[in-house]
Amino acid sequence: MTVKLSAQAETKVEEYKKLYPNVRSAIMPALYIAQEELGSITADAITWVAEKIGIAPVQVMEVATFYTMYYKKPVGKYHVQVCRTLSCALMGGRAITECVKKRLGTAPHEVSPDGQWSYEEVECLGSCGTGPMCQINDHFFENLTPEKLLQIMDRIEKEQPDLRFSAVRDALGEGLKGYPKSEVI
Amino acid sequence: MGQHRQILLKNVHCTDQHTIAGYESRGGYSVIRKVLNMEPAKVTEEVIKSGLRGRGGAGFPTGKKWTFIPKGTDKPVYLVNNADESEPGTFKDRVLLERDPHLCIEGMMICAFAVGARFACIYIRGEYAYPYQRVRQAIRECYAKDYLGKNIFGSNVSLDLVIHRGAGAYICGEETALLESLEGKKGQPRLKPPFFPAIRGLYDSPTVVNNTETLAALVWILENGGEAYAQIGTAKSTGTKLFSVSGHVNKPGVYEVEMGYPMMQFLEEECGGIREGRKLKGVMPGGSSFAILTAEEVAKATLDYESISGLDRTAHLGSGGFMVVDDHTDIVEVALNFAHFYAHESCGQCTPCREGGHWVQKIIQRIARGEGLAGDIELIDSICSQVQGHTICAFGEALSWPAQAFIRKFPADFKARIREAMEGRVQHRVPLNYEFQAAH
Repeated sequence: MTVKLSAQAETKVEEYKKLYPNVRSAIMPALYIAQEELGSITADAITWVAEKIGIAPVQVMEVATFYTMYYKKPVGKYHVQVCRTLSCALMGGRAITECVKKRLGTAPHEVSPDGQWSYEEVECLGSCGTGPMCQINDHFFENLTPEKLLQIMDRIEKEQPDLRFSAVRDALGEGLKGYPKSEVI
Repeated sequence: MGQHRQILLKNVHCTDQHTIAGYESRGGYSVIRKVLNMEPAKVTEEVIKSGLRGRGGAGFPTGKKWTFIPKGTDKPVYLVNNADESEPGTFKDRVLLERDPHLCIEGMMICAFAVGARFACIYIRGEYAYPYQRVRQAIRECYAKDYLGKNIFGSNVSLDLVIHRGAGAYICGEETALLESLEGKKGQPRLKPPFFPAIRGLYDSPTVVNNTETLAALVWILENGGEAYAQIGTAKSTGTKLFSVSGHVNKPGVYEVEMGYPMMQFLEEECGGIREGRKLKGVMPGGSSFAILTAEEVAKATLDYESISGLDRTAHLGSGGFMVVDDHTDIVEVALNFAHFYAHESCGQCTPCREGGHWVQKIIQRIARGEGLAGDIELIDSICSQVQGHTICAFGEALSWPAQAFIRKFPADFKARIREAMEGRVQHRVPLNYEFQAAH
């Protein structure tokens, strides 16, 4: 069985393969490419990566299942990851999770019926001085309050911005215009 | 940031510092040009003289680490910049990667030249999308100007640099796990010996793994000399260090402080003191992997490796990720938060850690929920003693030391909760943590 992804994905993976002294190192970038295109690490994604790298699918599978950022089942178009580690918890992270849960009415990792949302609690995202915070797809939203987060979610629902990793450009938050840039110091 | 000497954060407030033009307008890439005309051994010598110690958490002397690379090896030598930064409470490298990516790259060039590496890699945590983009852009700028690739800066030295994105595994900050991950495998730490990175690292070749902050500090050291750097700080903890402060302080953030500075003064003056005029209960000084310092210990501590480890054998300056808690904080919930973290993040390779983490979480969770049993405190202590020292990497200690410190330093908090449960008068509390699913 041969799986084909978009021409762009095929080009990107070939570029990654050339970067490393050993082609196997390109497994992780290849998984990201497949995930962004297919939405999660499906059986097709595993097959595609294995064929591209030239290894057995099981070797791709063990990598994909070890790391939490590869989704083994579909997530919503907007996947909210609320930090639950201490620094955020001390600043009110609990209220953020409760707020997301209440707004969506779903269980963690469950996709909302309209396919728009899913959420989970995750460990430290490295934004501890600006907690509580969450990540929506690959964008950080910091110094949150439940009210602020609800506003953000409303705007996202209305504007449908592209918040995927490949859309992160220099002005972070560009996917949600006018939203303060993620900053540390 | 007070009157502290600025070495690493000197230019982070300049809005164009992340561009190659901005970086070069402030003297960027002048040090590597000078270094390329030096003897590689002389570069290492300067770093040894500087007394610089690894900023990722272990505090191992950097120059000494480089000398472990076998002389005249016929295998390629690799350099890896550890930008995984997943230690809870730590966000210092993010500032450098985001605001001054070229400083990180110039530091890597210096190290690569000293150890003879022709391929270098930045392993950055997967969640750092913005820093990733900034560094990738910086790498592209360098290639466009022939600062990277073949014959960098017109010399006969070549260096390729790649940025590699992790995928959400705390353990990949451990250097051998990072190398496994970089090879396209599960991030499970390797046994040392024989897999010392300097001998059998990436692709079984000699490899130097240094933290981002460590590498960034090299630029100043090679510009001003190792001796000048050694003049800053204390005799054994030289230079400045970045501290990322979070939790119950008025001004959380990243600060650069000269080593040896009084800790309480730092919290009071730089970080604006404890929020809402409350009192300090304790500080986790080195991220979540070391013992908590009580307010009394903090009052005696100075910001250097020796002072903090001297106050408590299991405390360490670590990554400099300070998590500050005030006297209104429920320490049982704090302990539970960490226990959940370690139970979740164990790579699963060694049984004591894989199982022990969940046991510790389960027990702390029942104490927090008002279901604690007599003997639970001793049980936590006993499990922790059996985990530490019995695992391939230091995760066993990272799991055990903080848990043991919480019950040792705040026994009354735990005892009171167990007593409540046994006497059937559990008080209603709003827990700090969201309801955790049962440990699996």
